[in-house]
Amino acid sequence: MGGAKGLDVKDLRRRADKIRMHVIEMTSEAGSGHPGGSLSSADLFAVLYFHVLRHDPKDPEWEGRDKFVLSKGHVAPVLYAALAESGYFPVDELLTLRKIGSRLQGHPVKGKPPGVEMSTGSLGQGLSMSCGLALAAKLDKKDTRVYCLLGDGELQSGQNWEAMMLASHYDLNNLTIFIDRNHLQIMGSTEKTMSIDPLAYKLRAFGLRVISIDGHDIKKIIKACEKARSSSSPTAIILNTVKGKGVSFMENNADFHGRSCKPDEKEKALKELTERMSSW
Amino acid sequence: MVKAAQRMYYGKALAKLAERKEIVVLDADLGGSTRTSDFAKVAPERFIQIGIAEQNMIGVASGLAAAGKTVFASTFAVFATGRCWEQIRQAVAYPKLNVKIVATHCGISVGGDGASHQALEDIAIMRALPNMIVISPADANEAYAATMAIADLKGPCYMRMGRADFPLITSEGVKFEIGKAAVLRNGNDVTLIGTGQMVMSCIEAAGILEQNGISAEVINVSTIKPLDSETILASVSKTKCVVTAEEHSIIGGLGSAVAECLSENRPTPQIRVGVKDSFGESGDPGELMKKYGLTTDDVIKAAENVIGKKGKK
Ligand SMILES: Cc1ncc(C[n+]2csc(CCOP(=O)(O)OP(=O)(O)O)c2C)c(N)n1
Ligand SMILES: [Mg+2]
Repeated sequence: MGGAKGLDVKDLRRRADKIRMHVIEMTSEAGSGHPGGSLSSADLFAVLYFHVLRHDPKDPEWEGRDKFVLSKGHVAPVLYAALAESGYFPVDELLTLRKIGSRLQGHPVKGKPPGVEMSTGSLGQGLSMSCGLALAAKLDKKDTRVYCLLGDGELQSGQNWEAMMLASHYDLNNLTIFIDRNHLQIMGSTEKTMSIDPLAYKLRAFGLRVISIDGHDIKKIIKACEKARSSSSPTAIILNTVKGKGVSFMENNADFHGRSCKPDEKEKALKELTERMSSW
Repeated sequence: MVKAAQRMYYGKALAKLAERKEIVVLDADLGGSTRTSDFAKVAPERFIQIGIAEQNMIGVASGLAAAGKTVFASTFAVFATGRCWEQIRQAVAYPKLNVKIVATHCGISVGGDGASHQALEDIAIMRALPNMIVISPADANEAYAATMAIADLKGPCYMRMGRADFPLITSEGVKFEIGKAAVLRNGNDVTLIGTGQMVMSCIEAAGILEQNGISAEVINVSTIKPLDSETILASVSKTKCVVTAEEHSIIGGLGSAVAECLSENRPTPQIRVGVKDSFGESGDPGELMKKYGLTTDDVIKAAENVIGKKGKK
């Protein structure tokens, strides 16, 4: 895992906060975008792109790479920030998010920028795509893995459950599903909008191995990914997270689902994140 | 020019309609954007949150309608029509149930969210369904009036609205008659037929064309299906050429509906202003309208070109 790189948890924590800072800056510059759900999954992105995924930013189409599908495509900013930080394209380009002609579309587009595996943005479709990628890896007798990130609100879409049924039917143990369990969607609480609990039971009933952890605990995310690797069935990792994690006034605030920071908020957020980064 | 968002007026209309107890409103986690939240405020017991599950929303709408309710189901136009098209076909259009699918965020002026959220095919796929009425109001006042009109209609209907603020071109209290196009300006040299926010571009284009000595007739087609062929044919018999303008693909939308009508009744030169068989992208709405050929200038150019095609065989 992660090739020759040793495990440096501090470094990963700092990278997660760096990614968070990019998210704030990009969305603020764009004047729109989805920072809340980007911040809640920033720790996962640091772990994936700097430890777990076998990938080569200099060779995005490398045949032996693991694949990551961002099913909750609205958090494109966090994906772009992770890709830029790992060297797929220049960090400067991040500020072109959502601008006309930019490769950084509001929702991810396959191969644009390099490193984006699938086109998403319409919720509920990424897990089926991931199943297809995982099936292909099995057919081709490759030992590569497929990772997919879903939102908790997104799980209300029935197609996810069709995909899970298939993943377990075909023993897609090369598939790891992350669920960003931040308990919020656009209209507020997921449980008030359309309850998805008891989530772990539902996932188990669909034949998945379920691991539920603190989604901001770098070590636990790594550990869970290791367990998934040696599992005989597809694994769902429930990441219990806080939407807007890392910025006090954005935490658990549904308002920041789909709105970016105004200039004064941006300064405040960046200051908090800078302090957070140096606290590790 | 005063501007307003159609979805805001849709919300206002729903809040007014809430006094009618047979009306229920369904949301798929976008009520703040589509403004069905205005209905939720006054009639929370008849506001049903479905969650992010558009296919289920249409099925539930079908059942409610079969049990006598008048159902409004709203989300973004891409998801309202594309994600659940076959559910609409089977559960709403085929049994001709009283479901109003009212969508916001149509077209490229959605802006930053990009292609995944810009509905450019919704008119085409909804128009193809038997029993389906398709409405595309020109501004917010018309959106309000159309909401009231479709609440009285028994049967399926699709209405599309934009996200951004559009100029108000009709007045408050404008009458909305389903299936009736409105001639907004009389002219003899070319007919400009618009729908949605492109009606404004047609009006502006007509003003500029007049300065160049071209007399343009402007028609607002806010009901795309059933199409008001009578009004269109009457105009075209005078002007002998047509430009259609829509914030939609040139395939299957208003342009196609008009072409079908003309080719069978009175073959006439036509140019379609619309998105030329491509997906959209992220950007500022104004810049996108320009890049994708949806400005007043594009209507003017099309008008000049189509006039040149008159009388040629
Ligand atoms: C099919 C579909 N319906 C609706 C939307 C609009 N939408 C964008 S984000 C979102 C809420 C997502 O909530 P969740 O999955 O919990 O994401 P997170 O909290 O991680 O941001 C909705 C409804 C969409 N993108 N796709
Ligand atoms: Mg959520």
